[in-house]
Amino acid sequence: MAITEEPLALTSGEATTVERPLGALTRPKGGNGWRDWLSTVDHKKIGIMYGVAAMFFFVVGGIEALLIRLQLAAPDGQILSAEVYNQVFTMHGVTMVFLFIMPLAAAFANYLIPLQIGARDVAFPRLNALSFWVWISGAIFLNTSWIVGGGGADCGWFCYSPNSGLAFSPSNGVDFYVIGLQIAGIASLVSAANLIVTVLNMRAPGMTLFRMPVLTWMLLVTQFLLLFALPVITVALFLLMFDRLFDAQFFNPETGGDPLLWQHLFWIFGHPEVYIIILPSFGIISEIIPTFSRKPIFGYSFMVFSGIAIGFMGWGVWAHHMFVSGIGPFSVAAFSLSTMFIAVPTGVKILNWLATMWGGKLRFTTAMLFAVGTVAMFTIGGLSGVTHALAPADTQQTDTYYIVAHFHYVIFGGGVLGLMGGLYFWWPKVFGHCLNEFWGKVHFWVILIGFNLTFGPMHVVGLQGMSRRIDTYAAGYGFEFWNLVATIGSFIIALGVLIFFFNVWKSRRDAVNLPAPGPDPWDARSLEWMVPSPSPEHNFDAIPVVESEDEWWHRKYGYDENKRVVRIATVEEAAQDGSATGVHLPAPSFWPLVLALGLPLIGYGLIFNLWLAVVGGALTGLAIYSWALEPVDDPDADHGHGHDDHHDDDDGGGDDHAADDSEPVTAGAEGGE
Amino acid sequence: MATATIDSPDTHAADGHDEHHTSTGISNTKLAMWAFLGSECLLFGGLISTYLLYKTRRGPGPDNTTIPTDIFDIPFTSVSSFVLLMSSLTMVLALSALTRGDNQATRAWLLSTAMLGGVFIGGQVYEFTSFLREGVGFTHNPASSAFFTLTGFHGVHVSLGILMLMSLYVASKQGKLTPKHTETVEIVGLYWHFVDVVWIFIFTVIYLIPVE
Repeated sequence: MAITEEPLALTSGEATTVERPLGALTRPKGGNGWRDWLSTVDHKKIGIMYGVAAMFFFVVGGIEALLIRLQLAAPDGQILSAEVYNQVFTMHGVTMVFLFIMPLAAAFANYLIPLQIGARDVAFPRLNALSFWVWISGAIFLNTSWIVGGGGADCGWFCYSPNSGLAFSPSNGVDFYVIGLQIAGIASLVSAANLIVTVLNMRAPGMTLFRMPVLTWMLLVTQFLLLFALPVITVALFLLMFDRLFDAQFFNPETGGDPLLWQHLFWIFGHPEVYIIILPSFGIISEIIPTFSRKPIFGYSFMVFSGIAIGFMGWGVWAHHMFVSGIGPFSVAAFSLSTMFIAVPTGVKILNWLATMWGGKLRFTTAMLFAVGTVAMFTIGGLSGVTHALAPADTQQTDTYYIVAHFHYVIFGGGVLGLMGGLYFWWPKVFGHCLNEFWGKVHFWVILIGFNLTFGPMHVVGLQGMSRRIDTYAAGYGFEFWNLVATIGSFIIALGVLIFFFNVWKSRRDAVNLPAPGPDPWDARSLEWMVPSPSPEHNFDAIPVVESEDEWWHRKYGYDENKRVVRIATVEEAAQDGSATGVHLPAPSFWPLVLALGLPLIGYGLIFNLWLAVVGGALTGLAIYSWALEPVDDPDADHGHGHDDHHDDDDGGGDDHAADDSEPVTAGAEGGE
Repeated sequence: MATATIDSPDTHAADGHDEHHTSTGISNTKLAMWAFLGSECLLFGGLISTYLLYKTRRGPGPDNTTIPTDIFDIPFTSVSSFVLLMSSLTMVLALSALTRGDNQATRAWLLSTAMLGGVFIGGQVYEFTSFLREGVGFTHNPASSAFFTLTGFHGVHVSLGILMLMSLYVASKQGKLTPKHTETVEIVGLYWHFVDVVWIFIFTVIYLIPVE
């Protein structure tokens, strides 16, 4: 099989493809200190930062969840006042959706997309850094409302009007919600455009769209959903902001405003959002299950097309969140039907995962346990979802704990478990050591039991009529027992999360005494396993030429004359050793961080004092222009060098050209066919 | 199995920052702009829907019952719309001049595009102030809130476009805008044309479709 002679240059496609920079500002050089993390544009470091920050907010949202469960553990709970309870459940939802699951999925997208398609980085590395910094500044901004905003938002995560208006929510909490989500939305929008271009444009030679791993496909669909869903909620948030801060008349029923408009705009965003949350997890388990079944994914193209179908159909079901809002029998019937239809591509996926496992040589590693758990728990959540696609049943279930049970089975059971599995699966690739399998399995079982104890009983109390978002309930309705069980379950989940953090600490400590996992600890199938663990900064020594789906697998295995699978290359032979030097990488930059610092200032300014907004706007404008004028590289570092313009951020100044011509790079060049 | 050896990276062209090969053949920046414009369609879609819902929502009265369509001046806005649409023509001419390497003409057309956009914004400011004089402000009633939000968002888009055009103008003045940068101008042009096309929809919805 031919080895590529592709240039090692990163096809970074920075804002303009100029040869000479438009400005004369220098760019920071790479290093290993804190400056490097603040200015990095490496998709892998950005992915790690997304992951760490997401886990932090997982803890924050988890503490909020525990407060809710403590309050509801027994009748007439006194732990939180009704006002604080409203804030806590609102911020729990907002934190878990926007500050935990979405960024954790973004962590996987950032880290894995370039590796899976055989690229050196994303299409716009600086914009990628911008996405992270803007997101985290929005996240911090949102949470500062506890301190300076008179409490968190208290309108529920979907913040229905007129509850969200000044009359019913006079503190600044909702203002922080509105502006915080707008800032986070900018981050996701930039990231969506960036990753779409990356997948469409930066694929290695031979990596056709239908040779891409299912994870990359699902992440691509997710990015398209983000691209089109975010502007809709942006409109809604702007209208609400104008209402609250500038006395506009959008949602005030007394002057002719229409609260239903908010519901439509929110759910046109909100339902695709459900798939934004779930599809990355579907992608992750579509990588894990084939690997640990030693079989290719069953029905690859069906898998991809059902993901695309979910992406399209996800736009036609939003009003099933509004069956009791008085949208009329025709709309109810139409959305009821479309909601039942969307179960079809989802069912296709579940059957394909099962068929992938069928007859496979199963290895129940922790990652596999989480993947199978995801399929099982999501199936339960999907089935209860179909029960409220039936509008008459939904009319009874709306705003009860049955709905809470349903969406936690979907989002926690389907989304979070899959992401957890992804952490175990790719941990060695990212950090160079595996997580401890024993503690991983303990983690899995504790989480699974705690999860079912917490959310299973909610089906029961929901059908008994317990409303969601109530701060307490009286004794004697039969709610006591199952609420106590749910509270116990929630603390078991918390224990599971602690076990995970313990495992992270222990695995890292133990790693020094264990053999390195090597590039491919799981005998996996896609290109990221071809590079050393942890992946080198330049990803691939030589860009691989892709000849089939599951390319990495086919470089290791072929068929003998009896069509039996035989090993044709060891991992060491087939993998790259990461030794290439002189690879041209995008230079770091501080401007994404500076730009991101301006946005929360604008936010505080809009709420408290417009002069602050002017300062923030000036900072943002300065950052944009400095960014645009920033040279693509440090001109002194490479241009004018007689030979070429490579430089390596790792090596710094002196030796970066040394190896340019001399050292041969060995790349595993193996074809199964 | 075979292991191939290649020479270390010396294969890439001396001007490594020039047109990189992409899988689709469309440059990254242009594809990103198309993606962004796709997203913008939904933004304006949401705003136009909001306006359509609220366009006849007069307040409960007695002094907030005027809606923008009672007092607007169709001929005036038609003229400023025509001006904006003509700016798309000058934008194309700027790009064509840069492709020919005619820097003087490039600057002239960039400047006229920006100025035509500026005239449009001036018209919008005049319209807004005349509404205010009639007492129809942003907070007057749902119809006026929706009107100012929709046209205001469009106005901000035009203004950002003018800022981009002027940045290109300054870059050209400094000799930094060469035929190598045609794609940069083309991408700014994509944005500019998009903003014009959106105005066609907004103009139709607000000014041409009669309100009962």
